[in-house]
Amino acid sequence: MITRHDLRHAGLTGLWFMFLTFPLVVIKINPIEHTVHWRWSNMVWIGVVSFLASLTIRLVQGRRRTGENEKQQSLLQTSVRQFDLLRRPAFFRAALITSSVLLISFPLFFSSYQVNILTTALMYVVLGLGLNIVVGMAGLLDLGYVAFYAVGAYTYALLHLHFNLGFWMVLPIGGLLGALFGLLLGFPVLRLRGDYLAIVTLAFGQIVRLILENWSEFSKGPSGIANIARPGLFGLTLSPEATITYLYYLMIGLVGLTVFVVNRLQNSRIGRAWQALREDEIACQAMGIDKTKIKLSAFALGATWAGMAGVFFAAKTTFVNPASFTFIESAIILCIVVLGGMGSIAGVMVGALILILLPEYLRAVADYRMLAFGAILVVMMIVRPQGLIAPKRRTYTLPSTHNPVNSSDVPASDR
Amino acid sequence: MFPLLTVNKLSMDFGGIRAIDKFNMRINAGEIVALIGPNGAGKTTFFNCLTGIYQPTDGELLWTLPNRSSRTLNGLKPHRITEQGLARTFQNIRLFRSMTVLENVMIGRHCRTATTILGAVLRPPSVTREEKETIEISFALLERVGLADVAHERADNLPYGAQRRLEIARALATEPLLLLLDEPAAGMNPQEGQELEALIRSINNDQIAVLLIEHDMQLVMRLADHIFVLEYGRLIAEGAPEKIRNDPAVIRAYLGEEGIHHA
Ligand SMILES: Nc1ncnc2c1ncn2[C@@H]1O[C@H](COP(=O)(O)OP(=O)(O)O)[C@@H](O)[C@H]1O
Ligand SMILES: [Mg+2]
Repeated sequence: MITRHDLRHAGLTGLWFMFLTFPLVVIKINPIEHTVHWRWSNMVWIGVVSFLASLTIRLVQGRRRTGENEKQQSLLQTSVRQFDLLRRPAFFRAALITSSVLLISFPLFFSSYQVNILTTALMYVVLGLGLNIVVGMAGLLDLGYVAFYAVGAYTYALLHLHFNLGFWMVLPIGGLLGALFGLLLGFPVLRLRGDYLAIVTLAFGQIVRLILENWSEFSKGPSGIANIARPGLFGLTLSPEATITYLYYLMIGLVGLTVFVVNRLQNSRIGRAWQALREDEIACQAMGIDKTKIKLSAFALGATWAGMAGVFFAAKTTFVNPASFTFIESAIILCIVVLGGMGSIAGVMVGALILILLPEYLRAVADYRMLAFGAILVVMMIVRPQGLIAPKRRTYTLPSTHNPVNSSDVPASDR
Repeated sequence: MFPLLTVNKLSMDFGGIRAIDKFNMRINAGEIVALIGPNGAGKTTFFNCLTGIYQPTDGELLWTLPNRSSRTLNGLKPHRITEQGLARTFQNIRLFRSMTVLENVMIGRHCRTATTILGAVLRPPSVTREEKETIEISFALLERVGLADVAHERADNLPYGAQRRLEIARALATEPLLLLLDEPAAGMNPQEGQELEALIRSINNDQIAVLLIEHDMQLVMRLADHIFVLEYGRLIAEGAPEKIRNDPAVIRAYLGEEGIHHA
């Protein structure tokens, strides 16, 4: 039921958004003719859309709240949920195989242009999975993640420029340097949490970019470094199109490696310690976990992937400059993690594909990309705070004597 | 029997407030010791000093291993103290809420396992074995506290009493020599209280010493070998349950006029 209160609230929300987005969507400056073009119709649209969105959210929330009471008997639902869990691995495997086949055969059916875009999206999958270690698993809000991406990219650019080192040589070096910078950031922020951590990491990202911009002798400043070599393939010279396909398959390989490693880490002693740190720092220490070590390892391992993705980025574009590593990049990667589902590998993959591919294919959205990201995040926080694909809790089975989840899985000889 | 933990003149200040004042205590290996006192007496603060969450202002914490070698616990980080063999539960439950019941216990195994980052990724046989052992031990502990059938439930979905038992299982997973329980019976119904009593006894039977903060006097009187009474951070009495029961200072400070007679 829509009450007058709901309407009033939605109306105010609409007005607020009209005001908030005014400079962005209404004013358009034409720098050549020095005129201002007022696009008032956009404002009306914003008002209408946010009014309707606000109303919908209020209605959905209202309904959810009434349903909440019936949901309380969680223990009764256990059996249902376990059934769900049992079905999941098979479903998951099928989805995995299907998407792998689709991804691998993609260049056969689509143009280089499309392949190139998908390569970029896959790069963000790697970045998202890396940040997911820090933010999703260990619960450390890192807003300067792009710094490690920049470190990787400049590692390749500079090592290639000065020492003519090749891609394959630099890829592990980029990862290592990423990790090293992760530690560098990790040490000073060991005692920080929450907002304070976010602010310091944000500053760290800015510092790295500013150094790259201003220390021209080292990094060639804003003009950047060009003519970086593409990855080699046994000394073959590839046509531009073949190069794109080659880069695509390399990226698939890197994504595969990332998923493999991150998945194994997550379901291990280390991954559990990260999650314990996220859940309760004091209890985590009381369980014998070295907080310092586990925090630093999260920062370092998260940054490793950004470093490698950076090397790949430099090889793909053959050009790096500081403008590619602004705060917006950090924000996008964070959006990927939050939208996809913090702590969920599949979620981060889906999030990256949506957030990177959508603006490419919906040019209309692309202009308002940041606005759309913001809106998506706000809506997600309200409607589905756990992300598109909530992290699945791992279930374990006891090898012998006893199996509380699914006793039929255990061969009779094991009892 | 040897003195597992010796506390010498421990003091803890918060700004101008002295929460613990020159507190002395000794816990022998394998004993059940109770720490009682009115709210705000400093009992939880004492646990926090013991486990390295607070750095005591003054005094010494001496830890003696079964091989009779002694070392001080002062200045050790919390995880080092857990490694030494002190494990605790929290008065205001601190579980890893969004993780499963089983995972909570598995985390308790952290300091008794050795898998490194590289090992976790490459998973050599030694790691697989360790992981399997972790799962087995954790399941066994859940069985012991009666939570095996909800092993894959989210920890915060458990009812209150079960959460308290899960905290105990998680602490036991660290293989302690001394288990610190901060008001474990709080919020439990009488039946759960009885189960808890049996659990504490069975833990004690495994040669694990227990230091118990508890307001349920009957439970304390039945379980404890030795009782320490705190009031405003000061030790006002110590001794066997019969002695504490009849101690006028304790009666005045804590038990009230009738509290002692039905014990
Ligand atoms: N972190 C702290 N900062 C300041 N005062 C504290 C802190 N922790 C405990 N206290 C004070 O120490 C005293 C003892 O508290 P506590 O140990 O929790 O009592 P108990 O567990 O015996 O009920 C109280 O007066 C409390 O306010
Ligand atoms: Mg207390």
